Amino acid sequence: MSRLVTIAASTALAIVLWQALVTLAGLPPFILPGPGRVAETLWASRALIAHHATITAAEVLIGLALGAGLGGLSAIGLAASPMARRLIRPMMVFSQAIPVFALAPILTLWLGYGLWSKVAMALLIIYFPVTSAFFDALMRTPQHWLDLARVMGANRPRLMWHIRVPAALPGFASGLRLAAVYAPIGAIIGEWVGASKGLGYLMLLANGRAKIDLMFAALIVLAILTLLLHAGVDRGCRRWLDGGAA
Amino acid sequence: MRSAPPALTIDGSARIGGLSVFGPLRLRLAAGRITCLLGPSGVGKTTLLRLIAGVDDATEFTGTITASDGLPLGGRMALMAQGDLLLPWLDVLGNVTLGARLRGAGRDTQRALRILDRMGLADHAHKRPHALSGGQKQRVALARTLMEDRPIILLDEPFSALDARTRAQMQDLTAAHLAGRTVLMVTHDPAEAARMGHAIHILSETGLEDVPPPPAPVPRAVDDPETLATQGRLFARLRAPA
Repeated sequence: MSRLVTIAASTALAIVLWQALVTLAGLPPFILPGPGRVAETLWASRALIAHHATITAAEVLIGLALGAGLGGLSAIGLAASPMARRLIRPMMVFSQAIPVFALAPILTLWLGYGLWSKVAMALLIIYFPVTSAFFDALMRTPQHWLDLARVMGANRPRLMWHIRVPAALPGFASGLRLAAVYAPIGAIIGEWVGASKGLGYLMLLANGRAKIDLMFAALIVLAILTLLLHAGVDRGCRRWLDGGAA
Repeated sequence: MRSAPPALTIDGSARIGGLSVFGPLRLRLAAGRITCLLGPSGVGKTTLLRLIAGVDDATEFTGTITASDGLPLGGRMALMAQGDLLLPWLDVLGNVTLGARLRGAGRDTQRALRILDRMGLADHAHKRPHALSGGQKQRVALARTLMEDRPIILLDEPFSALDARTRAQMQDLTAAHLAGRTVLMVTHDPAEAARMGHAIHILSETGLEDVPPPPAPVPRAVDDPETLATQGRLFARLRAPA
């Protein structure tokens, strides 16, 4: 309960500071609209914003699911095979040197203006943190457990499945927590580069038409979506992953 | 059915990256007996045990490790190492039947429950390790070792983290349940070696030294005078400069 009170108080303080900035600096609404005005727009355009938010949420969730799955499988593959580590890790590090922003136009070219170029952006941006966090954890299985399993006669696939993977799930969880924050960034970049739907598209459109209050309304919804996603992923991680396998 | 436990002979020397871990030595583990290997930290006791277990990939071992029946050792050993090594995500029953799971074999739940019952853990079969006391966890580890039912048992300071009373209880329980198997017990505790060893060897920088065990049967009483005297001799020998 006290946590809710703290969040409410902190939100109220932010709104007061925001309004104070607008009033004291005498900022016109086309530079920075006040919280009241943004709230009004948010309510008035709720159907429009909800429509675009649904699209963005879908892109983020699909990207997150695919990125988590691919990242998880890649980490297991890399941990299982020294050959894969030697061949693929340099490629992965190199791919991280390419700014994801620079890839957005190419992805749009390849996958079109629809959902999938944004899903691909979200996937790309979270793939490395998920793979890396899980892989590191897979390579740090306590030696004693490995010894025990080997004396018991475990072969490599069973050692991986019954010991290394469950022991590394907390590492996977920390990758997923990062991914929950990064995935919306990927989707929004994708929408900026080329889209006809989504919160990123709506913000760009509102900006172009000097509807700054609508832009802020969309921005706030985006932030809330990201917070909810992170909270949901965090809850799931605590429930299923942080203590090792179920 | 378990085959008769063989004697083991370890004959050789070990190096890691060109540095000697232990020099040429010959250690014989009598069939069906507990052999205690005592020594300070860092003289290679655990390395020796891991070499026998076949899990040490980093050490270059020159020599032979052979069983008296001439058969290979793989699949005939069980390991109980420092700490209980229970997997926190499995319940007690899951931990006790871990070996079957790792070999892809069917797990004999009935047998596991009987062993847990003998360990006084019948009511805890479905608890996770974090819900157990230190002594209970150690009994689960012993149950897991018994479940494996191997003729050769490797114990690597299994009770070093326990309080004195629990440690003594675990020593009694271990001696009772592992009787008749070929056991190597690595320890840095002279009292443990004096209580548990049918044979006692001290490993130091200069090599292996045999110390005659007390005459009483294993596990010896903690206050048995001969056992205490042996404990004193072992302790003095450990403190003496090599």
